[in-house]
Amino acid sequence: MSDPGAFLAMGGYAGFVWPAYGIAFAALGGLAAYSWRRYRASVLELERLQQQRGRRR
Amino acid sequence: MTRKQQRLGVLALGMAALGGATVLVLSAFNDNLVFFYSPSELKTKAMSADRRVRIGGLVEAQSLSRGVDGHGVAFRITDGANDVSVVYQGLLPDLFREGQGTVAEGNLRPDGVFAASSVLAKHDENYMPREVVDALKKSGHWQEGGAAPASMAQKK
Amino acid sequence: MINWLANPARFIRVSEKAVPWCGWTAAAVLALGLFWSLVLAPPDYQQGDTVRIMYVHVPAAWMALSVYLFVAVASAVALVWRHPLAEVAARSAAPVGAAFTFVCLATGSLWGRPMWGAWWVWDARLTSVLVLFFLYLGYIALVNAFDDPSRGGRAGAVLALVGVVNLPIIKFSVDWWNTLHQPASVMRIGGPRIAVSMLVPLVIMAAGFMLLFALLLMVRMRTALNERKAMALRLNAGAVAPRQPEPEPAVAAHTAIS
Repeated sequence: MSDPGAFLAMGGYAGFVWPAYGIAFAALGGLAAYSWRRYRASVLELERLQQQRGRRR
Repeated sequence: MTRKQQRLGVLALGMAALGGATVLVLSAFNDNLVFFYSPSELKTKAMSADRRVRIGGLVEAQSLSRGVDGHGVAFRITDGANDVSVVYQGLLPDLFREGQGTVAEGNLRPDGVFAASSVLAKHDENYMPREVVDALKKSGHWQEGGAAPASMAQKK
Repeated sequence: MINWLANPARFIRVSEKAVPWCGWTAAAVLALGLFWSLVLAPPDYQQGDTVRIMYVHVPAAWMALSVYLFVAVASAVALVWRHPLAEVAARSAAPVGAAFTFVCLATGSLWGRPMWGAWWVWDARLTSVLVLFFLYLGYIALVNAFDDPSRGGRAGAVLALVGVVNLPIIKFSVDWWNTLHQPASVMRIGGPRIAVSMLVPLVIMAAGFMLLFALLLMVRMRTALNERKAMALRLNAGAVAPRQPEPEPAVAAHTAIS
């Protein structure tokens, strides 16, 4: 990695190597972010419902 | 027999039936599942000139000539036993070279020459860095084409 | 182990500890794997730098197959033993497997264009992997098509089990029929046909993907359990008059069975 330009050029295949890594990152990272957001939302919703029920008792 | 065992039995039976059916279907359609024919298979099959087929094999060493009919290329595809002459006009993939696997799509002309409309390169299952290849060549353990002939051999 | 974890309450306790551990390890292993794949690994003697696509393509393909096997086994357990957690596991894993399959197809296409000369060909390997992708999508659609989650789960489980026949077809397609796709390099009889300097990043990336799957599976299963509990609470609050002391039947069924 002595030359950043050569590293980015990927031996002339930059147009294939970088999009491949980009797609993998977008798909898996996107699913991870979505799953985590939905998990947080489910925890908050459950807490809200349980509090509501506690108040009603 | 409990309900669980009953369900397990139905599941096992279903899977066995499904597996059997799949094997039958696949063996019935075997001829349509191959991606290409080898030059030897092409010889045994009577091909009409207008039928589009794919043939695969190795690009024979020293058979590639460029500049045929202007900017076309000509080469021979071999499977070791038989070979077919191919003419093609267009861009070749980066991996295309003599001794490498290739698959050409087109039709067999009446004169026995295969007129390709597209040429793909097939690579083998070997991966190694340049230095390893150089070291193998230096020590005399290198065969040109690597293991490609084995993987391109006929599967019949 | 499976039987022991099949208790939802125990699963929640164990995953509480495992999620952060799994997350940080996955991040570290993937960072190392990316550095190794993109910087340390050498270019191939024939394919040059495009061989780096292999370090995402091949682990993604392995995960696509293994996650499907996981979904199928969990579906079988759900159908036969009616374990409450098995159905949740199958349903939670499927979108992760679909994502891996998509990554495998997309990176394969980006690798095939410069090397083979085609984005896509209809050979037995590529076609069977595309079928796997559609099986995942069909399973996800079917499981979510019913208002009653247990009915959707059962219909999906049957589809998942039918799709299992595709797994050996994918694996052995390159040996049974001639294909444009090359035969297996790593998982083959007679050992890998790949230099050690390229095998190392491949194995690291595969380990990273496995950890990522474990992490996402746990997070998604926790989400599904929470959402079911919330649905039961909401139903209970709507249907039953206030000041009802006993616990909701749905929640009780869910936590008591082990």
